[in-house]
Amino acid sequence: MNILEFTGLVFSGSLMAGFLGSLTGMGGGVVIVPLLTLLFGVDIRYAIGASLVSVIATSSGAAAAYVREGFSNIRIGMFLEMATTQGALLGAIIASLIPTPFIAVLFGMVLIYSAYLSSRTPSSDSNNGAHDPLAARLHMDGTYPGSHGPVSYYVQAVPTGFSLMFLAGALSGVLGIGSGSVKVLAMDRAMHIPFKVSTTTSNFMIGVTAAASAGVYLNRGYIDPGLAMPVMLGVLIGSLLGARVLVGARTRWLRLTFAAVILVLGVEMIFNGITGKL
Amino acid sequence: MSYPQPWNDQQMDRIIGMILRVGVLISALVVLTGGFFYLRHYGFNVPEYGIFQGEPADLRNISGILQDTLAFRARGIIQFGLLLLIATPVVRVSFSIIGFALQRDKAYVMVTLIVLALLLFSITGGGR
Repeated sequence: MNILEFTGLVFSGSLMAGFLGSLTGMGGGVVIVPLLTLLFGVDIRYAIGASLVSVIATSSGAAAAYVREGFSNIRIGMFLEMATTQGALLGAIIASLIPTPFIAVLFGMVLIYSAYLSSRTPSSDSNNGAHDPLAARLHMDGTYPGSHGPVSYYVQAVPTGFSLMFLAGALSGVLGIGSGSVKVLAMDRAMHIPFKVSTTTSNFMIGVTAAASAGVYLNRGYIDPGLAMPVMLGVLIGSLLGARVLVGARTRWLRLTFAAVILVLGVEMIFNGITGKL
Repeated sequence: MSYPQPWNDQQMDRIIGMILRVGVLISALVVLTGGFFYLRHYGFNVPEYGIFQGEPADLRNISGILQDTLAFRARGIIQFGLLLLIATPVVRVSFSIIGFALQRDKAYVMVTLIVLALLLFSITGGGR
């Protein structure tokens, strides 16, 4: 196989990943590393570098659309980005000290967890806990466009959310993924931010988080232009196409199928990590 | 709010959305251009990604990437596009500082400055 054929295949695979990722709302970044390592035999360090770049592209592309709709909360996003960028920097720095089989196993575990999360329906629990006075002082409480005009919401448990965001950033830095599922978990479950606000704000934050670790990876020589080019363009075009397809009744079926694929990839990553093939 | 707001959050959202869109579009076009020349030069070589070697020094830092781009090296042009992509969130964060400053929101100017400092630390090779 020459570079021309390799580039074409990687582009097609990334296009598919981006398309399914945006259609199911799970993000395509999470399958790029297993795709490159398991299918194309790429070293996991190059794969993580290319994945990070594609994560920035899709996040920025999608966030551009979301911020205009008025769902994402830039204050919550910016405040929590302090945690995610610190985590991402730390994660990227320690990544070079972790043996690659461990990274493969950790990656597999995160894949299995994402598959589990996506097979459940999102929670929309009532906002009955104590309002965090810190959130009020930081002007985090806001409104989002509902069907009968703006709906206001109050943010809870800011310190818990902040800590979870540090973890999300660290995972993103070690594995080269967006960690969207952990971010949504922190905002939706811990801070009780409405689901639509959580997902769009999370998407908005992913680009900044990934940029913080991408700088470290670039300086360390993990980002190869020949590999990152088809991955970035493929995932970006795929996710833009996915966002344009009308979301119909088959989304749940698609989500479950994609979750099953992610589950298999997760098991495969762990197996290959333990047997020392990655 | 007692003071007049020169910029509200909606206007900030709109400008941020535009920065992100333009940044991604420009970087994708630069990567595409570099990719075209890369495939024309190296298309029939054999890819070697199975063994990790790391990138050459010139593709690892901003000044090296700029030199390669000006010398019209294909891999350098792609890397320049990727650098623009990494810079897009940095520009977005920098703009937010101006936005929060115009709203006289000192707490968020501080928050955003911290995020920007972490990003600049990373992109200039501080975490290597």
